[in-house]
Amino acid sequence: MQEIINIFIRSVFIDNMIFAFFIGMCSYLAVSKTVKTSIGLGVAVIFVQIITVPINYLLLEHVMKPGALVWISDSFKDVDLSFLSFMVYIATIAAMTQLVEMIIEKFSPALYNSLGIFLPLIAVNCAILAGSLFMEQREYKNIGEVLSWGLGSGVGWMLAIVSLAAVREKLKYNKIPAPLRGIGITFIITGLMGIAFMSFLGIKV
Amino acid sequence: MSIFTSKNFKLLSNPLNLENPVTVQILGICSALAVTTKLKPAIVMGLSVMVVTAFSNLVISAMRNTIPPRIRIIVQLVVVASMVILVDQLLRAFVYDVSKQLSVYVGLIITNCIIMGRLEAFAMGNKPWPSFIDGIGNGIGYALILIVVAFIRELFGSGAILGYQVVPQSFYDAGYINNGMMIMPTMALVLVGVIIWIQRSFNKELIEKD
Repeated sequence: MQEIINIFIRSVFIDNMIFAFFIGMCSYLAVSKTVKTSIGLGVAVIFVQIITVPINYLLLEHVMKPGALVWISDSFKDVDLSFLSFMVYIATIAAMTQLVEMIIEKFSPALYNSLGIFLPLIAVNCAILAGSLFMEQREYKNIGEVLSWGLGSGVGWMLAIVSLAAVREKLKYNKIPAPLRGIGITFIITGLMGIAFMSFLGIKV
Repeated sequence: MSIFTSKNFKLLSNPLNLENPVTVQILGICSALAVTTKLKPAIVMGLSVMVVTAFSNLVISAMRNTIPPRIRIIVQLVVVASMVILVDQLLRAFVYDVSKQLSVYVGLIITNCIIMGRLEAFAMGNKPWPSFIDGIGNGIGYALILIVVAFIRELFGSGAILGYQVVPQSFYDAGYINNGMMIMPTMALVLVGVIIWIQRSFNKELIEKD
């Protein structure tokens, strides 16, 4: 249990997707103009993340790892499909976002109206794919740890985008040198926020 | 039909400055920044992205009239993913240490916005050959920013270029210290911010109004 909480804390504050790995930057920069839309996108990312990361974990463990297909028959024990992982991950993500979109549309039109436009965007959000790739690289031991990583990375991403949006809303009232206006100052602010986040280094539960 | 008309040459040269994918179109930041602590991985990453962009542009452009519009994103993702698998296997075979350093960022080329952006904006509406050139041009524009950032970070962060020590020992004896900040991930963001600042003060038409 402690390990699971530890992974969560690490993935939100220390290994933050944005500030430590620059993952999901494109939508982070493009959508962070207002707090309201960035909350919408953040929630959608968390939602998709906690669905796709465990599914990809199960696929990796039971289909793609060397010898993982033993449960079908013993003759498959030399099969190694791990070179297909990129393709399988991206297919899972594209299919899941499509499915999640349809389910939400059917059962909760209100949520669909607020998330709807963001869901198709998420299929090509690097943060989602990176969630699965880091899951493979870090070799988490069980589904609980994987779930905690998926949730934590999503929450960390949302924290980053919402706080940047809050700063950018205030930025409208400031005088910024013309060539730096817009995207330039956003980069520098993100850099400064990253330095602030470095103060979390070394936290352990 | 000549191979390098002036229109095709524009496709190659525009992404270097006025339509640079990183600093002007703001695409592909995701993987651009993390690989720039050292010059070597940055060059390898730039080349990989260039290859994937050029060839997936070529393939998608050749198939553009047969792809049903509703499922085009999935078709594009599959084409890009197979290109990236090829590149990943090649990197593992020939430059294993760099491939280890790049870690997940090779896989992330799949969702690199430059590739999806160019596929949607260019390859879906143009012939294969111009699309191929457009892919090469955008790849070079991306690699250019990576190399500039990596050069500055490696020079000031570890006093070396491509792994060779360029800051002489006598400097260190006199009290010069490598700037540890440059190795930190956050400095890449600040550097790109500054590059955008410099670029826009030379090209006034890129300044954002609001």
